[in-house]
Amino acid sequence: MRPFTYQRATDPAAAALALAGAASSENPLTEASVQALAGGTTLIDLMKLDVMRPSVLIDINPLTSAWSAVQFDGDRLRLGTMARMSDVAANSEVQRNYPLIAESLKLAASPQLRNMATLGGNVLQRTRCSYFRDVSYGNCNKRNPGSGCAAMDGFNRTHAVLGTSEQCIATYPGDFAQALIALDAMVEITGRSGTRQIAFAELHRPPGDTPQIETVLAPGDLISGFTVSGRWPRSLYLKARDRQSYEFALSSAAIALDVQDGSVRDARVAIGGVATVPWRARGAEALLRGQRFNEDLAQRAAEAAFADARGRKHNSFKIELGKRLLARALHQAATMEV
Amino acid sequence: MSDPTDTPIASGFDRRSFIAGAAGSAMLPLTARAEAPTTSPPSAQDPSRPVDVTLRVNGETKLLRLDPRTTVLDALREHIGLTGSKKGCDHGQCGACTVLIDGRRVVSCLTLALAAQDQDITTIEGLARGAALHPMQQAFIDQDAFQCGYCTPGQIMSAVACVREGHATNDDDIREYMSGNLCRCAAYPNIVAAVKQAAPEILKG
Repeated sequence: MRPFTYQRATDPAAAALALAGAASSENPLTEASVQALAGGTTLIDLMKLDVMRPSVLIDINPLTSAWSAVQFDGDRLRLGTMARMSDVAANSEVQRNYPLIAESLKLAASPQLRNMATLGGNVLQRTRCSYFRDVSYGNCNKRNPGSGCAAMDGFNRTHAVLGTSEQCIATYPGDFAQALIALDAMVEITGRSGTRQIAFAELHRPPGDTPQIETVLAPGDLISGFTVSGRWPRSLYLKARDRQSYEFALSSAAIALDVQDGSVRDARVAIGGVATVPWRARGAEALLRGQRFNEDLAQRAAEAAFADARGRKHNSFKIELGKRLLARALHQAATMEV
Repeated sequence: MSDPTDTPIASGFDRRSFIAGAAGSAMLPLTARAEAPTTSPPSAQDPSRPVDVTLRVNGETKLLRLDPRTTVLDALREHIGLTGSKKGCDHGQCGACTVLIDGRRVVSCLTLALAAQDQDITTIEGLARGAALHPMQQAFIDQDAFQCGYCTPGQIMSAVACVREGHATNDDDIREYMSGNLCRCAAYPNIVAAVKQAAPEILKG
């Protein structure tokens, strides 16, 4: 790990000031010399691997008391960015009204990592692409823009089949983000010029020609919270992986349904483990909305979700796996006791 | 740097005391320097210079001078001489380094010592009450819940937290909530049995 200096930020303004100016258009946020330290489960890991090389760490953990509240007022949920994954997963209001959110957090990482990792840090976690994480590979457009992509013709079993570009096929690895994008969450961003809200769906940028730029966050921006409108008791998260626990998704499905008398009034569908960014399956939602739920409808929705999927040598199995998982998740959501 | 709770060994020599002693003498000049107050504000830090760090480990306050890059795991093992917490992967994937910070289980290999100040760190060395093993330590022995033993300190710390969190009520939950601790010897069935054995005693207080 490269040497760094360490500072504690005791208020958001100080943190924003310290983080600002450390990045430019040639130097994307993920490569900035000043980085915020929250749970550290991604940052310290990637610093040990020499993938991230900050020279200054701003410890934002002193903001925990101000920024970790979980508030539910009957029709709206607000999650503070510094809340730990384990605490939100165990919150009874979240479990009762948003099982999708609770399950997406509980099925991620390990108990130790969930005790450490914050919600804000979780949505900003970096890809698990083994070529990105191993600096002995020179050709990674995310690490070294313009250098090529070793995964294209390499061992790409865990890579994305949706949202890919000619520059990058790295999978977005998170689970919680799939819940947020499915539920039309808003993300609250605190920067140098105050606080603003954007749709969570706008936060991550698909790789395109600039896979090194992963979000729309500007220098000095910190995620301060997330809000979800409405109540989604009929919702769930299903995750297929190489082992039963403590593993990233090969494919996952985030589902929230409003079903009245067997008809789907509203449907929210996101799929994880298969795309380069958090992925909303709007084509599947359009098929479901207004229809009577049955297995055939679930199957057609699953086909629609993966209509644009493009597999490579080792990851084509994800397309069939993803369809079957999504159809199963829809069935479970439609028939669950609420 | 001998541990009064260690049972004396006939030869008068054992590996743990030898290693702990060596680590202790290497630390002496650093401990002396730790008395000096910090003169420079954090913003003027030179990243190549060590910084003062105060850690509270198993109820004892430790004054250290550390490279800012030092993790809690390395501070424990290399600077304080508590080698119970193990370094397996050093990337938060195996759980061998699990300790409790303010009662919550975390991986100490991804926790910076600088960021863990003013918090209570509990390691495997802090579980026993004098010569009496903690119920979870005793359960691991009773149930033969290890083979090589390398992952065991992390398993035990994780298991203690698992019980206190209320996640040790059935076998499935124990497996799910102990999944952050890998065992290459695959002692998993016996680990589940050990957690079940110790759980009622721990919850009784």
